[in-house]
Amino acid sequence: MAERFLVEAVNDALHVEMERDETVLVMGEDVGRVGGVFRATAGLRDRFGADRCVDTPLAEAGIMGAAVGLCMAGWRPVCELQYDAFSYPALDQLINHVGRYRWRTGGAMDFPLVVRMPYGGGVRAPELHDDSPETYYVHTPGVKVAIPATPADAKGLLTAAIRDPDPVVVLEPKLVYRTARGEVPEGEHVVPLGEARLVREGDDLTIVAYGAMVGVAEGAADRLADRASVEVLDVRTLKPLDEEALLASAAKTGRVVIVQEAPRTAGYGAELAAVLAEKAILDLRGPVIRVTGYDVPYPYWKLEDAYMPSVERVVDAATRLLEF
Amino acid sequence: MIGDGGSVPDGEVDGLGERELLDLYRSLILLRKYDERSLVYHRQGRIGTYAIFWGHEAMQAGAAHALADEDWIFPAYRESAIGLLRGIPVSTVLSWWRGHPAGWWNPADYNVASICVPIGTQVPHAAGFAWGKKLKGEPTVALVFFGDGATSEGSFHEGATFAGVMRAPLVLFCNNNQWAISTPLSAQTAAPTLADKAIGYGMPGVRVDGTDVLAVYEATREAVERARAGDGPTFVEAVTYRAMPHATADDPSPYIDPERVEEAKRNECVGRYEGYLRRLGVLTEAQVDEVKDWALELMREGIQQAEAEPEPDVSLVFEHAYAEPWAALRADLAELRRILGG
Repeated sequence: MAERFLVEAVNDALHVEMERDETVLVMGEDVGRVGGVFRATAGLRDRFGADRCVDTPLAEAGIMGAAVGLCMAGWRPVCELQYDAFSYPALDQLINHVGRYRWRTGGAMDFPLVVRMPYGGGVRAPELHDDSPETYYVHTPGVKVAIPATPADAKGLLTAAIRDPDPVVVLEPKLVYRTARGEVPEGEHVVPLGEARLVREGDDLTIVAYGAMVGVAEGAADRLADRASVEVLDVRTLKPLDEEALLASAAKTGRVVIVQEAPRTAGYGAELAAVLAEKAILDLRGPVIRVTGYDVPYPYWKLEDAYMPSVERVVDAATRLLEF
Repeated sequence: MIGDGGSVPDGEVDGLGERELLDLYRSLILLRKYDERSLVYHRQGRIGTYAIFWGHEAMQAGAAHALADEDWIFPAYRESAIGLLRGIPVSTVLSWWRGHPAGWWNPADYNVASICVPIGTQVPHAAGFAWGKKLKGEPTVALVFFGDGATSEGSFHEGATFAGVMRAPLVLFCNNNQWAISTPLSAQTAAPTLADKAIGYGMPGVRVDGTDVLAVYEATREAVERARAGDGPTFVEAVTYRAMPHATADDPSPYIDPERVEEAKRNECVGRYEGYLRRLGVLTEAQVDEVKDWALELMREGIQQAEAEPEPDVSLVFEHAYAEPWAALRADLAELRRILGG
């Protein structure tokens, strides 16, 4: 196994899958000549040609809509949307067509497209390069959503997404693109959609997170180590959710803190909390507490550390829950 | 192409023999009967809200006849019955308007995409499809229908941009009936014509009389030939005037110009073509009756079949949304069945 950064693992997955299946086609803004603004698609154009690694016009709805047509023509398009906040023009296509088309053909046609995009804050970027839009995607019927936290999962989840017959949105935590480093299996590597990852085991409290917040959760678990045995659960696939893993952990520790970067109201953490309220109420020894971004526009970067969930905020929430 | 039997002489289209002219007539009548009967079925409460296309038949049939069987059509709701020209059963289309899953079809069975309901969002689908076929080295052409209002949508712009850049074998067919529900073309664009927009996408734009089925056919055929020859997309603007409400839920009296409506009805496309064929001597009274009876009978059978469809099982709420419904969806269905007592 090779050690890779998370973004290199994405690149590896694309190489392997394009080699394996000649109908896989990568498209997006700046993905070809320059290999993507984060270099996630570097080398693909040289290896597979400009017809299979396509620099598109700067038109996100066009990318997503064209991908629908490409599926109908027998391709498996992997669309890169350059940044989280620039993905919204494509939502029209995603909601009205990508997520509906299979159903309205009575299951006769697959739409095996993948949307991948860097997301999330903390990178000292200009405005609108920091959003955590996962809720919009999770809330779109007909679409699956995955978010890796490690290089191995970045490769394995993207591979699963490419092979899946349904549309899958993969959000990649850009904050850890080149800080998360780890062993990545060579060659084909699949992490099935719908399975959470138990990051570390504990007995007193569970911190549930995904994406770049898994690292924050681990930092908080370390900080709490002398006071409590903390379990960390990485959701990995937001839809379909691995309810079993969530409920098992809640049953074991009885205390759950949920961490998400996105604004609080109706965010994905609310869904996790609702599942716990519906199915784990008798296992809980205290309230489910969310640590989230705030219900305000994502701030300029001099203020972003105050906005982003921090180890300190997670420790504070965990302490309140342990003392409840 | 089609004259008036007096001062304006009739023209001819190369390659259209008597048989092809009569085939075109059958398509026009089938679409006309579909539309007229659908309005009746709506009033009888047998189908839901319906988007009327009376007066648009020449654009639909003229364009469809210019395509080869392997070419794909991407319809908007105004072209809901275009699939009849490709063999989709009448009952299927009526079922769609009845809100019944029997209205599903596999686009690959007929080379007709599902009916697009939002405005203009099917344009990038068609562009992507045409580009994708070109990448595979197949000679397939795609044709996408949309209205004048759609040309204001971002989706139209992005789809046309893609088609231009990829030199996709695509015909962008605009049925300009000059109204987007109550909004006239003058409030839709400051462009002198919609065909003018084509230049911005690096493709030819042509304008044609949308009530003249032969003119529509010929303009589309040229566009299809260009596309198949590898010369990229063409924008075809077919001009007509919407003589009917936007849909059964619309009352145009506050906004429409009744004189223009009367003029459009006098000049409507099916009657024009019928007159042309009669002057040409290829259409007899008996043939007119035969074709109209045939179309009417298809509609009678179609509505009977659609109404004979059993109520859809509630499992269809869940089935086909994903290739494999997961545990939570299966649990939802089980709970629903328990509550419904099924």
